[in-house]
Amino acid sequence: MKNNNIRIKDFKAIIIFVHVLLMSSCNTDETQTVATFDNLVINEEFSTDGNLDSSLWNIETGDGTAQGIPGWGNNELEYYTDRTENLSVENGYLLITARQESFNGSSYTSARIQTKNKFQTQFGRFEARMRLPNGQGMWPAFWLLGDDNNGTEIWPNIGEIDIMENRGQQPTTISGAVHGPGYSGGNSINKEFNFSDSRVDTDFHVYGVEWGENYINYYVDDVLYNQITPEDVTGEWVFNDRSFYIIINLAVGGDFVGNPNSETLFPQTMLIDYVKVYQQ
Amino acid sequence: MKNKKFNFTKLILLSVAISTAVVSCERDLSEDAVFATNSNTGEIFTDAPVELGSDFYFPFLGSKPTAWSIDNNEGYESSASMRIDVPNANDPEGNYAGAIFRVEGQGRDLSGYNALTFWGKASQGVNIGELGFGLDFIEDKYQTTISNTSFGTSWTKYIIPIPDASKLFDERGLFWYSAGTQETGGFGYTFWIDDLKFENLGTLGNPRPEIYNGEDPISQAFLGNSGVLDTPRVVFNLPSGMNQTVSASPSYFDWSSSEPTIVEIRDSGTIQMLSSGTSVITATMAGVQATGSVTIEVVGEFVFAPTPTRDPADVISIFSDVYDDVPVEFYNGYWQPFQTTLSDDFAINGDNILNYTNFNFVGNQFREPTIDITENSNLHINMLIPGEIPPNLDFLISIINFDGDGVENGRQQVFFNSSDFEADTWSTLEIPITLSNKDGLGLLIYENVNGSTLSNFYLDNIYFY
Repeated sequence: MKNNNIRIKDFKAIIIFVHVLLMSSCNTDETQTVATFDNLVINEEFSTDGNLDSSLWNIETGDGTAQGIPGWGNNELEYYTDRTENLSVENGYLLITARQESFNGSSYTSARIQTKNKFQTQFGRFEARMRLPNGQGMWPAFWLLGDDNNGTEIWPNIGEIDIMENRGQQPTTISGAVHGPGYSGGNSINKEFNFSDSRVDTDFHVYGVEWGENYINYYVDDVLYNQITPEDVTGEWVFNDRSFYIIINLAVGGDFVGNPNSETLFPQTMLIDYVKVYQQ
Repeated sequence: MKNKKFNFTKLILLSVAISTAVVSCERDLSEDAVFATNSNTGEIFTDAPVELGSDFYFPFLGSKPTAWSIDNNEGYESSASMRIDVPNANDPEGNYAGAIFRVEGQGRDLSGYNALTFWGKASQGVNIGELGFGLDFIEDKYQTTISNTSFGTSWTKYIIPIPDASKLFDERGLFWYSAGTQETGGFGYTFWIDDLKFENLGTLGNPRPEIYNGEDPISQAFLGNSGVLDTPRVVFNLPSGMNQTVSASPSYFDWSSSEPTIVEIRDSGTIQMLSSGTSVITATMAGVQATGSVTIEVVGEFVFAPTPTRDPADVISIFSDVYDDVPVEFYNGYWQPFQTTLSDDFAINGDNILNYTNFNFVGNQFREPTIDITENSNLHINMLIPGEIPPNLDFLISIINFDGDGVENGRQQVFFNSSDFEADTWSTLEIPITLSNKDGLGLLIYENVNGSTLSNFYLDNIYFY
């Protein structure tokens, strides 16, 4: 696994190399360029205690029923709330806390925030510095979802870019994925990244993607571990034609991660130090 | 809620050992020279012993002293490893394998590590009883243990997390093990260990210290006595995501008493009851608050049951410190599935007391052999109910006789109620025997009947005369 990782600083050279190869071999896209995203357009450092910046973030509540997908489409167990017990900004960190409690028919509460209609964009470098919770059934995620044209289009056609997902029972492994038509849910295109001498729940790490025309690069800290291009997906590439928005949430249980067990301790908190978006 | 008595017998030895330790250790701490001179080598055995000196292997008493050897045909990614041949249970040289590995001379500075790790495998799938470090047969101050570790037949890496490595700047007890044949039907097996070393793993989760199993029991203790607290434990999340529970010496923890004038922490985990009242004992480890606590109610000086004065020649004793008891199979049979009664027996100044808690029913059995009380007329029992006497108390004692084939052929039942008792005072229950068959007595049963709320009581001086 480790041998597959490429340092970010070496990355440009490799991309150019790959690109040249592509041009000469199969002539797929002669106009492809690799963007350098160095213009910081979102710099959310959670510096105001107590309040989440409502000009950037929406707080999504409920169990998905209102959205027509109870359990958020994955048989998740949590009920998202906007209470400070589940969502707060303290000491420069956003805290999303999963709790075991009866709430509106659910056994767990947690929080989910997103930037729909407040910050949506196409292409860029998206990264967040985070420390994740621990334990069977914890499912923290940092991801992008495509705009649905006021509800006229549906997932997975709108596209989903999972920058970071973790199973709480795997404290040294995260994964990055894309979902689209023909490659969604359990058939997503994804790759895991394993920490060899660190963990997701004891250390902060930077999780990010560089998303440009016809490519999405996945990195953790300074290690690039995957690139996904139209050639890799088993369906239409839906990441060139629409804007996407950011979602950060901490799910509990469900198909991806399995449900909490007797060894899962609650509450569990996910700390987000910052969320940054760079564009050209 | 679980009631817990302190183990007074072990205490004296322990407190002596610990107070000696304090004198020597605390002085060392203030002189920083010690830190600089201790080796910080992490390796213990990598195909050969590493810097242990020549005299480092000390078997446990009763274990087979030759159980450990170096195997030059097996190794993890090598051709040598430590080999432990666990003997058969009937091996005259010792019926289990167990030893400490103590570095010769100066201890090691392990404060830069967070785990003892090794690769291991066994000749068959088996749980190895105990593995750990911190035993040096001198102070055993930082004993650390993992229990029932599952070994398979292929090499696997094992991790024993260090509860708080900052304490281990001068540690001689680098490794210890104990393995028996309880679950292999008494038949021996072999296990191998290689690349045994202290490491600093970035993949180890944060410690979660616990005292009293993370629960909050209430405990009663008597004025003037001292006690030892439970062995705490620390849960670590391993790189695999599995939790590993490590049993840790109280010395790793910083203990505190909410009312130090009532219960004083004399040293790590050793307490003294100074005055009547209630105090809550809590602890931290490496600055992390341990879950769990124990609330100690100091209830005044212990009052002993009246000392029996009857002529031993006239007495057949079931439980007493004055008379020699007949052979008794058990004072609590833990009869499943309906018995809830637990035993929390204790001794003060050599006077043993039966203490039953969470009481519904319990029995004393003495059928090997049964006793013949043809010459005796009475059963004598001293009983004390600590705290309030339940007003609805209905306490049944059954005395049961068996024939030569072991079939019950006589049962006498005697009831006692709240008027027979006074709070915190020993009652003497005198029961005239009315059984016609009384040559094969084998069982006494105590029962809570008719919804009585009795939960906790002491018995002493159970004898026929």
